[in-house]
Amino acid sequence: METNSYLLSILVDDEPGVLSRIAGLFSGRGFNIDSLSVASTAEPDVSRITMVTKCEPHIIEQIKKQLHKLINVITVNDLTDKKYVQRQLALIKVNAKPEKKADILRIVDIFRCKIVDVGLSHYTIEVSGDTEKHDAILSLLKPMGIIEIASTGSIALSRENGKK
Amino acid sequence: MKLTGAQVLIKMIKAEGVDTIFGYPGGAVIDIYDALAKQNGLKHILVRHEQGAVHAADGYARANKSVGVALVTSGPGATNTVTGIASAHSDSIPIVVFTGQVPTGLIGNDAFQEVDIVGITRPCTKHNYLVKSVEKLASTIKEAFHLARSGRPGPVLIDLPKDIVGAKIDFKEPDKISLRSYKPNYKPNKKQLNKVAGLIKQAKRPVIFAGGGVILSKASEQITRLAKMANIPVTASLMGLGAFPGSDPLWLGMLGMHGTYRANMSIGHCDLMIAAGVRFDDRVTGNIEKFAPDARIVQIDIDPTSIHKNIEVQCPIVGDCKAALEGIIQLMEENDPDDFKNGKLKWLEQIEEWKNTTPLKYEQDSTVIKPQFVIEKLYELTKGDAIITTEVGQNQMWAAQYYHFDKPNHFITSGGLGVMGFGLPAAIGAKAACPEKLVVDVAGDGSIQMNIQELMTAIESKIDVKIVILNNKFLGMVRQWQELFYEKVYSSTNMENAPDFVKLAEAYGAKGLRCTRPDEVESTLEKGLNHEGTVIMEFAVDREESVYPMVPAGGAITEMLLV
Repeated sequence: METNSYLLSILVDDEPGVLSRIAGLFSGRGFNIDSLSVASTAEPDVSRITMVTKCEPHIIEQIKKQLHKLINVITVNDLTDKKYVQRQLALIKVNAKPEKKADILRIVDIFRCKIVDVGLSHYTIEVSGDTEKHDAILSLLKPMGIIEIASTGSIALSRENGKK
Repeated sequence: MKLTGAQVLIKMIKAEGVDTIFGYPGGAVIDIYDALAKQNGLKHILVRHEQGAVHAADGYARANKSVGVALVTSGPGATNTVTGIASAHSDSIPIVVFTGQVPTGLIGNDAFQEVDIVGITRPCTKHNYLVKSVEKLASTIKEAFHLARSGRPGPVLIDLPKDIVGAKIDFKEPDKISLRSYKPNYKPNKKQLNKVAGLIKQAKRPVIFAGGGVILSKASEQITRLAKMANIPVTASLMGLGAFPGSDPLWLGMLGMHGTYRANMSIGHCDLMIAAGVRFDDRVTGNIEKFAPDARIVQIDIDPTSIHKNIEVQCPIVGDCKAALEGIIQLMEENDPDDFKNGKLKWLEQIEEWKNTTPLKYEQDSTVIKPQFVIEKLYELTKGDAIITTEVGQNQMWAAQYYHFDKPNHFITSGGLGVMGFGLPAAIGAKAACPEKLVVDVAGDGSIQMNIQELMTAIESKIDVKIVILNNKFLGMVRQWQELFYEKVYSSTNMENAPDFVKLAEAYGAKGLRCTRPDEVESTLEKGLNHEGTVIMEFAVDREESVYPMVPAGGAITEMLLV
């Protein structure tokens, strides 16, 4: 059966063990987590978890209901079919051979990224954007020789009038 | 008023209406045991193994329709509770388990008898807590009881570091529980209820399928009324036995792998299924593709995750079973009652025919005791009024098939997890909850040995339980599978090396009776059931008797192996 990618925004009590409850639910029931991002919110004892999961359409309903069943989960918002803004942050350390430096700078400029560290033989580039932007810049930088990548999971918020 | 954490704990347990708890002491809970010894009103029953404490709390909760409580120490005391907790979780039984923990300052240091029990039990509790300050103790306990008994009930664990129960505070009554993230939906959607009433009116071949949720929501009366109002036959899962009277003409018997022929055939041919408080376990559905192929399915459950999990349903209703059934009945009462009864007689005739051609049966023998015969006699002698607990395997299935439960909360079995060694401690818990009832543990020779040490608990606490051992000197259910599907290679299922159960009973201070002949079954049961005190009645039964009907694993529910 076809699998789709789903983007969930989950508000939880900011308590020890909450992430473990969610991770345990996924591993115990054979669901998978593609990316995960956790941070505090404006409310002092509430955290937001943004999660991307790939599964069959009938499974996502179970995932959402099972998440909601956890006592520490306050709301589960499926953003997939809504209007939302999504961002991901990555640091990409790329080989910077003299003959390629101009090319790299041009790519950085086109994608409105930043160079945050420069060495004799490498640049470290900061990329912020949605998943497509990340995929695009990675495919262009790959031929230059990527040394290392550190990336956050997706974060997202619904837009006003969140329906698509 | 200054109280220690231990005193707060006892006060809060009493406030929940619990009169008996089951436990085992140890270093981390020694302060609680000291406080227990210096109070009145909360009885503590000393078990002989912590697993027994949790099963006993489970049995207490089921018989008493309330919350059961177990208290154990840290480390091994805590890990020994896991099987009991997982069983209560599978069967949605409200219990609260208190585990001792090393002092907060030592947590994470690999201290003596330290284990991360909150981490271990996360997947098998409804929720669990580590209490980190004595100020939070009372409110945490109150919240735990609330979670255990509300919504879809389940086990809750509270881990209590030693310094927390030792600390003193000014006790204040905790506020009313209000959890922003937990608000179970009890009230069913009226529009959906209307739809059900319409479906019942149209249906020609309806069936009600009752599960443990009906018993938990105390909705037996409603199920019975609905069935009678519209002439709908009723079947039940193992957990739902007793939700509908087993002696009623509309009763089909149990459904599933060892369900009756007519119950399974009814599911195969019905055009409407009203499923209440069930989760469509694989032991009930068999091959999902061939389960109730012609039926529109109505599913009522308090837990939204139970709906559309294994089976696609056409009319889901999230809410309390009792409220939903009550609502459907009300809507039907507003109409002409004959509208609902009409058109179903042919269906009832068909079911009667299935019942007559292929009843539940076994071959009686004049020299060897048939296990089914023992259960039949037990049913007759107790007039169907005893609380029956079971172990797991053939003994459990025969008890389910041949003891016709008329009332809810009378059949106590580890349904979902299938725990051998459940029946004896659960019987102790049930008897502690209902001292006026006769409580019988139907056991096999294999499973009784898994928590036999609890015999001492029964004797010491003068909790009078009757144990019926159907001794076939085999792990019978596995042997049956080996006979049918593994060319009779009885790998590790022969239990001929067993203790003398009569002497074993006597060694513990109980009465032991042995019966080897069919014509002595009744007198042995009479003698055992009438004896004041705990008894083991051992019946040497046909070694290779099997449980029938049987649906081979993965087969369609209507494709049964018969005798």
